Amino acid sequence: MNAVSCPECGAEIALEASVEVGEITVCPDCGVDLEVTGLNPAAVQLAPMEQEDWGE
Amino acid sequence: MTRKLRIGVLFSRVRVEEKWIFASLERRGIDYERLDDRLVHFDMDDPEPWRQYDVILERSISYTNGLYACRIFNTWGIPSVNTAEVAEACGDKLITTALLAKAGVPQPHSRVAFTPESAIETIEAMGYPVVLKPVIGSWGRLLAKVNDRDTAEAILEHKATLGSVQHSVFYIQEYIKKPGRDIRAVVIGDKVITAIYRKSAHWITNTARGGEGELCPVTPELEEVSLKAAQAVGGGVLAVDVIEDPERGMLVNEVNHTMEFHTVQPLSGIDIADTIVGYAVDVAMKKS
Repeated sequence: MNAVSCPECGAEIALEASVEVGEITVCPDCGVDLEVTGLNPAAVQLAPMEQEDWGE
Repeated sequence: MTRKLRIGVLFSRVRVEEKWIFASLERRGIDYERLDDRLVHFDMDDPEPWRQYDVILERSISYTNGLYACRIFNTWGIPSVNTAEVAEACGDKLITTALLAKAGVPQPHSRVAFTPESAIETIEAMGYPVVLKPVIGSWGRLLAKVNDRDTAEAILEHKATLGSVQHSVFYIQEYIKKPGRDIRAVVIGDKVITAIYRKSAHWITNTARGGEGELCPVTPELEEVSLKAAQAVGGGVLAVDVIEDPERGMLVNEVNHTMEFHTVQPLSGIDIADTIVGYAVDVAMKKS
């Protein structure tokens, strides 16, 4: 199971099986954006804050 | 023996769109590599490591990173979808506007000034309300509907004082009383693939700002205006955002070069990710 703990609030989060490195997930407890940085073992870190030139 | 086609996908985040693109590449059995724009680096004297790619599919969330990477690739003769020229034309609203005007594409009236004083002068000449937009920026951020002179002066001062130098390029657009929605048309190559309405009670209708999607018929008028807009900025894989003016009909508001399609794809039932991959393959084949 891909279990990680939120670096912001410490909540235990179970990542979905289909999750990929580079994907953003949201901590269900504190709502912070987390970037998946590894799968084996599972790892997350706080996602970068939105930059001024981000978009489509 | 012919070499197998190889595609580089430049990305910043794996959003649902990138997952769909990767899935399409895998289904098609295409040799590809994920290139995280935060990790790549270029030796400007040595393009060789990059020549393995027949095309770069640019999906950077950062306009700056995507633009400069494509500039490098294109200078080295490595094609990208979209090209650096198209990225520059779409990523800067002022350039988009200039190109649309040159091509005679209907669009909201806009003016540009470089100081708060000249901006006030031109706003007063246009009449209120107007919309102030940053020339670079997306997702409906930092748009300001200006209803009177007091507000105009305050916003212009804030932009000039607190913003980067680019915020002192004052892009002023007339306010269009649109019918609670705008239209996003997806153009790939020379075809309008599909379109959706983006509905919101708020005057900013971007789905990134909570606007809801609904399928929109591709009428001859929408097709014509979208294709003309796409052509004006150089063509490729583009999302053309259109406003319906009660008197003047369809006006092109902006053109996006690294479109998000998480709303359009499920609504339309069209595999946009796969159509993009197909277009990138065509570009790569033309090169080789």
